This record gives sequence, C-alpha cells and structure tokens, in this order.
Amino acid sequence: MEQLKTIGRELAMGSQGGFGQSKEFLDLVKSIGEARSKAEEDRIVLSEIETLKRRIVEPDIPRRKMKEYIIRLVYVEMLGHDASFGYIHAVKMTHNDNLLLKRTGYLAVTLFLNEDHDLIILIVNTIQKDLKSDNYLIVCAALNVVCKLINEETIPAVLPQVVELLGHSKEAVRKKAIMALHRFYQKSPSSVSHLVSNFRKRLCDNDPGVMGATLCPLFDLITIDVNSYKDLVVSFVSILKQIAERRLPKSYDYHQMPAPFIQIKLLKILALLGSGDKQASEHMYTVVGDIFRKCDSSSNIGNAVLYECISCVSAIYPNAKLLEAAADVIARFLKSDSHNLKYMGIDALGRLIKLSPEVAEQHQLAVIDCLEDPDDTLKRKTFELLYKMTKSSNVEVIVDRMIDYMININDNHYKTEIASRCVELAEQFAPSNHWFIQTMNRVFEHAGDLVKSKVAHNLMRLIAEGFGEEDDTADSQLRSSAVESYLRIIGEPKLPSLFLQVICWVLGEYGTADGKFSASYVTGKLCDVADAYSNDEIVKSYAVTALMKLFVFEIAAGRKVDILPECQSLIEELSASHSTDLQQRVYELQAIIGLDAHAVECILPSDASCEDIEIDKNLSFLNDYVQQSLEKGAQPYIPESERSGMLDISNFRSQDQHEASTHGLRFEAYELPKPSVPSRTTPVSLASSTELVPVPEPSYHREVQQAATVPSSSDTGSSEVKLRLDGVQKKWGRPTYSSSAASTSNSSSQNTVYEVTPVDGSSNVNSKAREASYDLKKTQVEISPEKQKLAASLFGGTSKSERRASSTGHKVPKGSSHVLKSTAGSTTDVLVEKTTPVQPPPDLLDLGEPTLKDGPSSVDPFKQLEELLDPTQLGSSANPGIVGSTSAPDIMQLYSDKPASGQSGGFMYPSSSNRSDDNLVSGLANATTDSAHNITAAAHPSQFSKGPNLKDSLEKDALVRQMGVTPSSQNPNLFKDLLG
Amino acid sequence: MGIRFILMVNKQGQTRLAQYYEWLTLEERRALEGEIVRKCLARTEQQCSFVEHRNYKIVYRRYASLFFLVGVDNDENELAILEFIHLLVETMDRHFGNVCELDIMFHLEKAHFMLEEMVMNGCVVETSKSNILAPIQLMDKTS
Repeated sequence: MEQLKTIGRELAMGSQGGFGQSKEFLDLVKSIGEARSKAEEDRIVLSEIETLKRRIVEPDIPRRKMKEYIIRLVYVEMLGHDASFGYIHAVKMTHNDNLLLKRTGYLAVTLFLNEDHDLIILIVNTIQKDLKSDNYLIVCAALNVVCKLINEETIPAVLPQVVELLGHSKEAVRKKAIMALHRFYQKSPSSVSHLVSNFRKRLCDNDPGVMGATLCPLFDLITIDVNSYKDLVVSFVSILKQIAERRLPKSYDYHQMPAPFIQIKLLKILALLGSGDKQASEHMYTVVGDIFRKCDSSSNIGNAVLYECISCVSAIYPNAKLLEAAADVIARFLKSDSHNLKYMGIDALGRLIKLSPEVAEQHQLAVIDCLEDPDDTLKRKTFELLYKMTKSSNVEVIVDRMIDYMININDNHYKTEIASRCVELAEQFAPSNHWFIQTMNRVFEHAGDLVKSKVAHNLMRLIAEGFGEEDDTADSQLRSSAVESYLRIIGEPKLPSLFLQVICWVLGEYGTADGKFSASYVTGKLCDVADAYSNDEIVKSYAVTALMKLFVFEIAAGRKVDILPECQSLIEELSASHSTDLQQRVYELQAIIGLDAHAVECILPSDASCEDIEIDKNLSFLNDYVQQSLEKGAQPYIPESERSGMLDISNFRSQDQHEASTHGLRFEAYELPKPSVPSRTTPVSLASSTELVPVPEPSYHREVQQAATVPSSSDTGSSEVKLRLDGVQKKWGRPTYSSSAASTSNSSSQNTVYEVTPVDGSSNVNSKAREASYDLKKTQVEISPEKQKLAASLFGGTSKSERRASSTGHKVPKGSSHVLKSTAGSTTDVLVEKTTPVQPPPDLLDLGEPTLKDGPSSVDPFKQLEELLDPTQLGSSANPGIVGSTSAPDIMQLYSDKPASGQSGGFMYPSSSNRSDDNLVSGLANATTDSAHNITAAAHPSQFSKGPNLKDSLEKDALVRQMGVTPSSQNPNLFKDLLG
Repeated sequence: MGIRFILMVNKQGQTRLAQYYEWLTLEERRALEGEIVRKCLARTEQQCSFVEHRNYKIVYRRYASLFFLVGVDNDENELAILEFIHLLVETMDRHFGNVCELDIMFHLEKAHFMLEEMVMNGCVVETSKSNILAPIQLMDKTS
C-alpha cells in the first residue's frame, strides 16, 4: 500500500525532484547523510568521483545538470577528496549568463581555488565583465569573488571598476565594493593607499548596512594608525548613540537589541581611538554609560555588548563611574552559572585589573572556583588572569599551580606557552634563590623538551652571574642550592635533554666550588648521566666538558686527581666515538689532565664563565701569513656575500671577467631561458586548460584595447601567467575630500536617514530560571578553608577582601532582583502577555507542541512512519494546545525534550537515546526569546504550525519520503529541526 | 581578520559545510577539521562553548545533531560569535522553514550564498535577515 503511494508520488513528480534536483543528486545526498563511518563516506565519494569524471565530459550537458555536477564536486572536496579534475567546469560555469548558474560557478571557484591558482586568469575577464553588468545581483556575485580570488597582481585589473561601484545606486553593491576595497587593502595596502578616504566617505552612507560594513576596513586602518582618525571619534560616537536609541531599521534588531553586531564593532573602534587619549575618551563616556544601562543582561547578545563595553572602558582613559559599572557587570558574569559568562567575566577581569587591581580581590573565590573547574577552557582563561595579576607576594602560589596544571596537559602548543610563562614569572618575581631553582627544576623536569633553549641559557647565565646584586654570598648560595638540587635530581629517569645540559654545565662549573661534595662524587654522577643517555651526544659532550672542568679545578687546587674506573672507561669509549666533537673533547680532556697546576689554571680558570673574552674578529694575527701566500700567487679571499653574487651572470661578468676563463666553467649554460624555447614545454595543464575553455580569442583583444592586457599563456612562455596591467592604476585622481566636513555632515545626514523606530515594549522577556541562582551563590555559603587559604595567598588577606566583596555585594542584587522579578512573572505571564512577535515568527513554533502525544519515550517508530506517509496526518498531529503543558515545572526542559514537528522536521524521533542530545538551545541566554516565540506561536497553533511556507514544506516532505530518506533509516538526525 | 573559518559538522563528525576565509590546502583542511571536531565533540553541554586551539579560538554551538564551529582570532568577542551562529541558523530557518540538516545538504549552495552575504573577508558585514535573504529570494524568483 505504502509502496503504491510512493510510486504514485514519484510518477506525479516526474524525473525532476521537487527541489529541481535529480534523483541521482538526492541519492548521493541521502547516502552521504546515512553513511555511518568515515570509511563508508569515503567509499561513496570515491565512486562519486568516478561517476563525475565520466559524466562531466559528456557533450551537451544541460545547464541545470551541469550546476548539479558542480555542487557534487563541492561535496567531493568538502568531504576531503580531490576534485581538481572538475575545476575547469566550475570556471566555465562562471561564464554562464544565468544568474543562479553564474553564482554557483563563482561559489565553486572560490571554494576550489586560491588566488594564485593558474585558472584565475580565466576568471578575471569574466569578473571584469560582470562588474559592469546592469543586473546588480551579478555585480554583487562578481564582487564576492573579487574578495576571494583577486591577488596583488590582479588588483589593478578590477580596481577602477570597484571604485566606480562605490557610488552604485544599490546599497548591496556599495557594501560589497567597500569590502572589495578592504580586501585590496589587506592584500596590498599600497595599491589602495590613495583610496582610503573612500572608507571615511562610506561611513556616512545612507544605508546602515554599508555603514556597518565600512567599520571593518576602518577598524583595520585605525589599528595601524590611530592618530589619523581621531577626527572620526565624534562620528563614531554619534552613530553608536543613534543605534542605542534604536534609530536603525528594525531589521537590524537581534533579540530585541538594536544592531548589536554594529554596536560591538563600534565599541572596538572606540577602544582603539580612546586608548591613552583623554580628550577622545571624554567624548565616549556618555554613550558607553548609556549602553551599560540599556543592555539586556539576560540575553547572550546583551552580555556580548556588555563585555565589549568593559573592553572599551578598560582600554580608554579611565573614568571612575564607568569602571564601577564594568566591575558590576564582571561581578554578575562571574557569579553566573553559565560557563560562557564566567569565561567572559574572567577575561574582562583580566582587562580591568590593569586599571583597578582591587577589583580582583572581590572575586577571589569565584576566580578560584574557575581555576578548579574541570572545564579546561575556563581553567586556561583563569591562568591567563593569574598570569596578569602576579606580583612578588603571590608568585609562589600562582607558579606552583601553573606547573601542577602544566604537568597534566598533553597539548604541546599550550604546554610550551604555559612553561615559558612560568619561567617568565619566576625570573621576574622570584622571592628567593632557592625557590627559583626549585621552580626551574620542575619546569624543566616536566616540560623540558618544550622549553626554548634560550630559557636554559638564561638559567645558566643567571646562576653564573647571580641576581645582579653585589652580594657575593647570595650568589654562591644560589649556586650551592642549584648544585645540591641537581645532584639529587640527576639520578631520576628520563630527564629532558635540555635540563641535563643545564645540570651538567652547572655541576662542571660549580659542582665542587663550595667543598660540600667531593670531585669523585660529582664526576661519578656525571659519568652515570653520560652512560644513561648514551644516545644524546649533546648531553654527553656537556658531561665530558664538565668532567674536564672538575679535574682541572682539582689540579689547580693542588689535589690529586682521582679518576674513577667508570670515568676512565667512559673516556676510552668516547675517544673512539663517531662524533668528532665528542672525540675532540675527550682528547682535550686527556691532554689537559697531564698538565701542571699553573697551565690548567690558564686554560680553564675557576668561575670565569662570566669574564669577557677578547676576540680578534679580523684575525689580524694572520695578516703576515696571508700576505706571504698572496705573494706566492694564491687567490685573494672573496667574502661569502660577494661569492653568492656570482650566480648572477651579468653581475659576475662585469665584476671579474678574467676569472671566469681561469675557472674554465661555461656560465653561458645558465643563462635565462629564451622565451621561444620553453613555449614548447609549457606545462600540460596549462595547454589543456586553454583548450578546454573556449574563451574566444577576440575577447582578449578587446580587453587589450581597454587597458588590461591578458597575454595568452602560450606566448609568455613562463609558467607564471601574469597580467600586464601597466598604465591602469593611475587613471583616476585623488578624491578631494575634507574629513572634518565629513564628520559633521555625517551626523546630520544620519539623523535624517535612520528612521526612528519605537522601542519594543516587550523587550524584557525573561524566563531564565537560572539567573535566580546566582543570588544564592552570592552569599557564598560554603567556602572550604583550603579555598579561603588559597584565596588569601593569591589575593592577600581575605578579611580585607571580604569587606570589599560585601561592599559591592549590595550593588549586584539590585540587578539580580530585577531579573528575579521578571522571572517571577513566570512562564504563564509570558504566555499571556507576550504580544505578537515583531517579525513573522520562524517556525520554531511547532515546537510548542506538547509532549502529550510524543512525550513517552517509547514511541513505536513504525507507527510514526505510517503517520508520516499519510500527509493528512500532518495537520492532525498539530498542537493539542500548549496551555496544558505550562504546568510543566521547567519550560526550558519542556522545549528541549519535546520533539519538533511539522513538515520534514516533524519526523524526528524522540527516541530515548536521542533525548539527551535534544537540548538544542542548551540553556543559552537567548533561548529566552526563542521560547517566548514558541509560546506565542503555540497560542495560535493553527496559523503558524507549519511555518511561513506550508506548501513548500509539504513538498519537501513528500519529496524526501519519495527518495526513501525517512527517519526510520540510519540517520534520523537529518530531519531534526535545527532551531527546534 | 576576525573569522577564519565556519564549519558545520554533524554529531558523527561528518562535514556538512565548510567555508574558509584563509587558504588552506585540502590536506590541511582535513587535518584541521578532524582535530577540532574531535575536540569540540568531546565537550559536555555545561562547559564553555569556546575552545582554544593553537593560536586561535573555536566558538561552537550545537543545534540538534549539527554543530556549528567558527574559528576566530584571539581578540574576537566570543559571545558575539556565538550569537552570530544563532543569527545564521535563524536566517536559514526563515528561508527553509524548520531548517534541518537535510536542508543544508540539499541546498548547500544556498547555505553558502547566505554566508557570502553575512561574512566577507572574515568580517561580519550584514546582520539584517531581510538584507541577507533578499538576493537569494530574488534569484529563486528569476530562475
């Protein structure tokens, strides 16, 4: 019966699928979607590659079919396989006149090619043509590609047109033209240096979209050169003010926040401009303060803007009021249960403590909580904060913690970073020599191979030179404690090479200096090291040199050198080593041992590693010898720099003609290839590509007349195909533009342009239950004594800080009680009072469907499948009424568990195994608004249950079933509403 | 530069959409995707939606079985990126109606077109849903 239905539907639809796609394509997508493993996916893609290779070269492929092939190629590359055999077809498709096909072709080439690919040359022409198109959508498509595929060399080919498009009547074109110019600036700032005033001009564009886009290049420009843009501060502030006052079109609102993404960008720019500039900062205080007040702190996006405000406030010239507001927000972030907010709070705290270090103390316990959190991201961020707030009073605790953490991480990139931070802090703040040596030992022990060798050399130098004070006893104490700890550590297995080098050097230099350890004891240890790490020649040579020093110091002190048997055998073994360096060291050692006390003291004086050694870099003592040799007819020495110049033939000839003949080498053979010869050997790919693309020759010639010359690849002869674009660049003059006029005209023009849109009264929807919990947390009921101790050691004195905590404590609840109030309004309030949504509610709305029907996790999938196959069921399955379900204790829970419904999405199975995964909105703050939408929609289920396009969704559903892609197959997730 | 790449990957780690704003070779992409997907999939829902990876960060968000991962520079506002992802999903939802993984698979090019409107040169340039969808709807109409 079902089969019959399917067949009927298939017949009705014909060979074309409902999406305008062939069965073949749908089959491909279906099989990829259902692949259970990477291996299976690879197999599908490989066979797809074979099919495509055959099909794509068939003659007379219909255009739509070709488009489908191109998308299939995109799939092949996306899934990690090479589709280069089809690139040329994507290039060809860009020549197509049909907009959809052209844009698909452009999309494919941006995905396939990089800007230096050989095929780009075939696209530049098309781009030039399309930039002049009457259809603005084609112009936009071309500008998209310009941003991705134009490199430094091809910029001049399109630059004039792009500049012209900056004044296009369509805002979408102006926006993309600005971004193309931005791209050129990124690629080669000099190519557009005469055009940067355009960015200023477009800032005052009538269209907020263009203005918003212009902020991207301006941000880059200001980052590099702040001072040239100080005059724009007033404009930026005025734009930000207008946005905050909701004077932008409503379509820029996001979750009841007016154009938050533009606000964030503006705050970033203000932070740059106000940094260290009191005058500029003063312009900003009011608007930033306003935003602090207006931000909806219950939504993610509101918090994102608030975070940006804090970043801005801590970058500009400090203002007490704003700093206080920032501290309040940080307090709220840190007390939140959301890890995301905690993360942002820790980050913000790190920014603010530079200005007001005392803020950190209020939050010591929250910081410690984050430090001990199992979430690695949060932990790392907290370590970053601790790194920023380290001082000599807390360095011991912080570095200890850092090392403990470092020991347990596997990510070498991060391990290296944290190790070097430990070293840096230890060097900067070490409270005692002993602690410093211990700390360095731990760092080397656990991250030795990741530590840069420079760190090791610094350590050795530090031990040799001391801490710079004139106190000699402190220095020798440092050395003794180093020697002592190294002698203890040296026996441990598997020490990193770098650490062993440090140990050997220090033991050799200072091992017997304080007389605590006998030479034979230290040499014995060194021999053990050389034995244990017999593969590491560097360590062995350090050890041998250390041995030599120890023996020499013994001789110099007039004691008898007592060479241990194992030492003797080591020396003998190494004297036959494959490494000439090791051999030499051993022979030197043997030779020196035989000398008398006076001689050795000259060779290796005790504790002289810091003495300067005079070096005669000119080797002037060899002058006589050189002179003699020259007189005997030797060739003069040619410095290396000049020798490399010999490769350049012309240079060489003019410089030293006769020498060439004496060498007897024929330099002619290396002459640059003549253009005609290699044209024969033009790379095959290039040759074939010109064949494949039927770009008519005439079109090139036309272009020649227009300025941009595109030589065909065969006559350049070089494999690097370049455009010859001379004479194009300087066609237009520097626009005359006065910046001060711009800033004034800007504010006035925008005043008129941006409509005043009413503030959405219902903006304060909040059903977040978890906000309530931080109020409780604030009281910090249970604080373990260890934590308090740790806090005290990190922040210095809990008593003081607790007082501080409570003093701000009364501020925080103000915000939270407000939140609580609205939460108290509870879900039913929202349900009743929430007005109709501003925009046609997205079809999240079906989600309003209660669990009555699907609720029990033991739904029979087959039964459901039957329902699915009967379209009439679709309607009937809708919405038994949301109101009953509000009795559920947690509305969020309800949403996350209940299956989504409606058209294809409705086929999702709430099987118990999926249940845990279904929490789509994952408790993020913006879920509040979503749920509000859901509820509203649920109130009018009959209207909205199928979303805005019921017909489409029914079609989609039918088609999908026709293809046999049903949830009962292997991947029911494919049907799950993303916004469910 | 801001955004370095946008990935959509399902729970099984299969790529559903990949857009890079800096050039990586096929092998590099493959390696990167494998590495970060493994990292993100291993995290629990209580943990941060941010992961530091080498010298940049990944902000990710999960919708049903599909993960949206955005690689950003270190100075980017993570929460804003998180909401950018949601804006993208809302936009797709408005266009497709109850958007699901299969919609993206069947209309890969359209999902890309939306991204092309929203992000250029690694910067968020358009956040108005109607502006993002206008060219796509016009294109649907004409063809």
